Amino acid sequence: MRVLALAGRRLAASIPTLILILIGVFLLLQFAPGDTVDAMMAQMGGGDAATARHLREFYGLDLSVWAQLGNYLWRLVRLDLGFSAIYGKPVVTVIAERLPATILLMSASLSFAFFFGLIFGVIAARGVNRWPDTLISTLGLIFYAMPTFWFGLMAIVVFSIYLQWLPAGGFEDITVSLTGLARTLDIAKHLILPTLTLGLFYMAIYLRIMRGSMLEVLNLDFVRTARAKGMDETRVVVRHVLRNALLPMVTLIGLQAGTMLGGSVVVESVFSLPGLGRLAYESVVQRDLNTLLGIIFVSALLVIAVNFIVDLLYARLDPRITAGA
Amino acid sequence: MEFAKLYFRSPSAVIGLLLFILVLAMAATADWLYPRDPLALAGRPLIWPFSNPRFLLGTDNSGRDIAAQIFHGARISLLIGLVATFISVMIGITIGAFAGYYGSWVDTVLMRVTEAFQTLPNFLLLLVLVAVFGSTITTVTVAIGIVSWPASARLTRAEFLSLRNREFVQAGRTLGLKDIKLIFGEILPNALPPVIVYASVVMAVAILLESALAFLKLSDPNVASWGNLIGAGRDVLRVQWYVSAIPGIAILVTVLAVSLVGQGLNDALNPRLKSR
Amino acid sequence: MTPILVLDDVSVKLPAGADRSHAMANVSLSLAANEILCVVGESGSGKSMTANAIMRLLPGGVAIDGGRILFEGRNLADVSEAEMRKVRGAGIAMIFQEPMTALNPLRSIGDQIGEMFEIHTDLLAGEIRTRVLALLDEVRIPDPASAIKAYPHELSGGQRQRAMIAMALALDPRVLIADEPTTALDVTTQAQILELIRDLQRRKGTAVLFITHDFGVVAEIADRVAVMSQGRVVEEGTASAVLGNPRHAYTKQLIAAVPPLKAPPPRPLSSDPILTIEHVSKTYRTGGFFGRGQRVTHAVKDVSLVLPKGGTLGIVGESGSGKSTLARCLVRLIDPESGEIRLNGRDLACLTREQMRAETRHIQMVFQDPFASLNPRRKAGEAVAQGLVVHGMPRAQALARAKELFGLVGLDPAATERYPHEFSGGQRQRIGLARALALEPDVLVADEPVSALDVSVQAQVLKLLAELRQRLGLSIVFITHDLRVAAQVCDLVAVMKSGEVVEAGPIGAVFGDPQHPYTQALLASIPGREFGLERVAEQQEG
Repeated sequence: MRVLALAGRRLAASIPTLILILIGVFLLLQFAPGDTVDAMMAQMGGGDAATARHLREFYGLDLSVWAQLGNYLWRLVRLDLGFSAIYGKPVVTVIAERLPATILLMSASLSFAFFFGLIFGVIAARGVNRWPDTLISTLGLIFYAMPTFWFGLMAIVVFSIYLQWLPAGGFEDITVSLTGLARTLDIAKHLILPTLTLGLFYMAIYLRIMRGSMLEVLNLDFVRTARAKGMDETRVVVRHVLRNALLPMVTLIGLQAGTMLGGSVVVESVFSLPGLGRLAYESVVQRDLNTLLGIIFVSALLVIAVNFIVDLLYARLDPRITAGA
Repeated sequence: MEFAKLYFRSPSAVIGLLLFILVLAMAATADWLYPRDPLALAGRPLIWPFSNPRFLLGTDNSGRDIAAQIFHGARISLLIGLVATFISVMIGITIGAFAGYYGSWVDTVLMRVTEAFQTLPNFLLLLVLVAVFGSTITTVTVAIGIVSWPASARLTRAEFLSLRNREFVQAGRTLGLKDIKLIFGEILPNALPPVIVYASVVMAVAILLESALAFLKLSDPNVASWGNLIGAGRDVLRVQWYVSAIPGIAILVTVLAVSLVGQGLNDALNPRLKSR
Repeated sequence: MTPILVLDDVSVKLPAGADRSHAMANVSLSLAANEILCVVGESGSGKSMTANAIMRLLPGGVAIDGGRILFEGRNLADVSEAEMRKVRGAGIAMIFQEPMTALNPLRSIGDQIGEMFEIHTDLLAGEIRTRVLALLDEVRIPDPASAIKAYPHELSGGQRQRAMIAMALALDPRVLIADEPTTALDVTTQAQILELIRDLQRRKGTAVLFITHDFGVVAEIADRVAVMSQGRVVEEGTASAVLGNPRHAYTKQLIAAVPPLKAPPPRPLSSDPILTIEHVSKTYRTGGFFGRGQRVTHAVKDVSLVLPKGGTLGIVGESGSGKSTLARCLVRLIDPESGEIRLNGRDLACLTREQMRAETRHIQMVFQDPFASLNPRRKAGEAVAQGLVVHGMPRAQALARAKELFGLVGLDPAATERYPHEFSGGQRQRIGLARALALEPDVLVADEPVSALDVSVQAQVLKLLAELRQRLGLSIVFITHDLRVAAQVCDLVAVMKSGEVVEAGPIGAVFGDPQHPYTQALLASIPGREFGLERVAEQQEG
């Protein structure tokens, strides 16, 4: 219960952050050359000044910046993200259509990175400065140094073009209509390469953190206590080191949730996944500022949600957290 | 130099330094080896690497020399990496130092802002900045610096938090030193080494961010950037995959070099950690 | 008596590049059942390494390279790792210096004690729980049923060490190795833990190898003593023989450096006060939301004291008593909430930061930790000259003055060009003193200035302080947790507990005839109270 209260307090504290982001980005977008109406006019293939003025009045774009900001925030409270001129639909609908692919990609990549980062980090730390460590650390560095989109392209060349094992892009096969399990499997197949592409980079980071924090914890006094009890090394690692060593990694996940979401922009573009990231890219190219602002709002919410889960997890792992507050 | 000895003790640090020097050499000799505009038409498009001695690494789909673009691209990547890192670390140190030293409401406000920057996916913010201010090389560099400072701010702040109550800082205060002197004269020199090591991470990320932006065709199209070339090669990926593959390797080597040097610096600064 | 554990000519080598080749050189010791053998020595003497060598828990690069460690008929130096694991915990158990870090912060106390049974026995979970409860009861932890579920951070330091002892004694080991088990504890807690160890040892007939740097503890608990220096045993014998009649020069020097718990005859004191502390309070508020549910800690509560000109006022107390907070209030590192601090008649408590900066030259501070109190990136001479420069002296002149000050505190004036890491702990403390004295303050606030030093170095620094006090007519506020040190240095003493001064007066009176029950308890807790008193008597006669 106290864990929930604590995480709840952190959640409440993120509301000012969210407002800060929205105000900041809203004001930033005021500097953008051209507004939504310009984009619409371009979409329509041009129009006269009177139409433009009418449209601006309709969307409230003729008001002062502060009035517009106030209007925007008030609409947000009612969960109204405005209307996307480009897609001809409410922004909420556009985002809702794109959200599942991103959430699926994020959770798959995060699980992949966490799981293998943990395992390889532990293996490397156990054999520190011997060949398993050298091999894992080297591979980790290479994955870290590789641009994700480039890895994605090369994976397409190998697995889709030459070996023809996996699809080169898309969320599912649209030439046939599948249902139930067959559809799930089809989507899974489409997500293997994107997940690897996004996940390997973060796996490299996590494994390095895990290795470092394992080595750190292995040097602590209570590990010596455990050894002085007559425990064997495996048991020492499993029962005393692992949980302590996990703490920095869990913290890092929260801190990097935003970066990971940013990474999905590129990955979704490489694999033509209909996700939030690709939508963000499209709205930048098409100057669909309303949608862009909506995406930023939703992304910030996602990051806050991930941090909430991370807080819960951390508090479960570390009994000192609930007592300290 | 004791420090140099510690650094050169690690083979991976030496490899990193050699790779870094290689990239630097490429950047330095680009004008001399490839004096022509690397983005100008040079020959028949899509010549495979090693098949024509005039174009060692072949040509891309617009008939531009890939090798020339790689050499000139090294300049762009290093330039953007170094300048963006400098901007980001400067912002980070300033914010982290003031937040960590003064604590209370200054800390609360500055950390709220830092949190906001971390909650907002950095690549999204980069997209917004580029969309608003355009994609010249200057704006892209500054934008990358602006989106990547929060981690160095947090790091500096953590260092300041642990140092500000150290007895030597308190001693400085009892001697009558002013806050500014305490921050920049006493604490910062001690807080700097981990931040400098971290700068290598910032630089690696900056190079990766620029290449991703260029790949999406949102960076400056008028400079020879490795990311641009990968993006161009995407159209001929099916057969002439080398157009994308070669610049990717260049990025990989550069980022690897920067990371290895950073790791080497870290191990040399904390020899205790290395030996265990 | 037949010995249980024998170290026969054991050597332990250090990795190349260490300050000496061997951490232990040809160490021979024997330990019999039902006795406490104290291994005593200063830092770096190899005493802790002895414990680690017996357990074969040596750090990387460090290894036994000679001799035998005989336990139950086997040579532990060359049994297999699996065999050794069976010995650890069950045959030879160990307790450590810092119970907070020696326990895993993420697992409950009961869990960690129960592990002993999981490793070495086939007991079922229910039986283990019963045994753990019994153990916690045996080490007199209040409320074992809730302690078994508690995490280390939820217990006090003394309770954590009790839990460690319960864990070590779980399987009735024949040998218990205690590595400075009371060093991190307050003196009253230390007394309880020492009594507990002695009591359990007698009842169970355990052989105890007790490692310590504190001769008071040795006098309190040891049956036999081995003195170590530079990795060698320089003297060994029964406690009374070694303490009462040391033969080796090093032992003699060490014992002479232990301050006796009796104040020397009082010095005449001036009747003019130089520093007057009146009703000073400082409270801390933590947690809570807009004033609700706050925890309020009275770090310093309504303290009033007077320091006469040229006198030394000791402030003693255990950790958390508020003595350090009070010291920091005096130099305004912490702003007191209320009260007056009058230095030469001027109230420091109400000055602005700017005014206080100018006033700092009249009141200076010396800090506890010789490693943390100097900026590692600043030359020693610069550190000393810094204050002078801040208060307007030209740089070259200040550096020249720093050289003079180095001479004053017994350092080589040429050493001003060196960095702090090139000095030893005692030397750094001298630099700290020089830095404080550079501004020629009227009052010196010394916060545990010798607590981090080995006993022989401590004696030297205290001697220097006494000399300077005489020569410069310094008035000193001396904060310490060590009543032995206080007895030697102070003219007046104030005993603090939970932020309040419970008793104050001339040191001879307070220590000779304590009035407040807490002062009585504190004095009674000091290990080896009688130790060193004969020496004083001899000196006074002779």
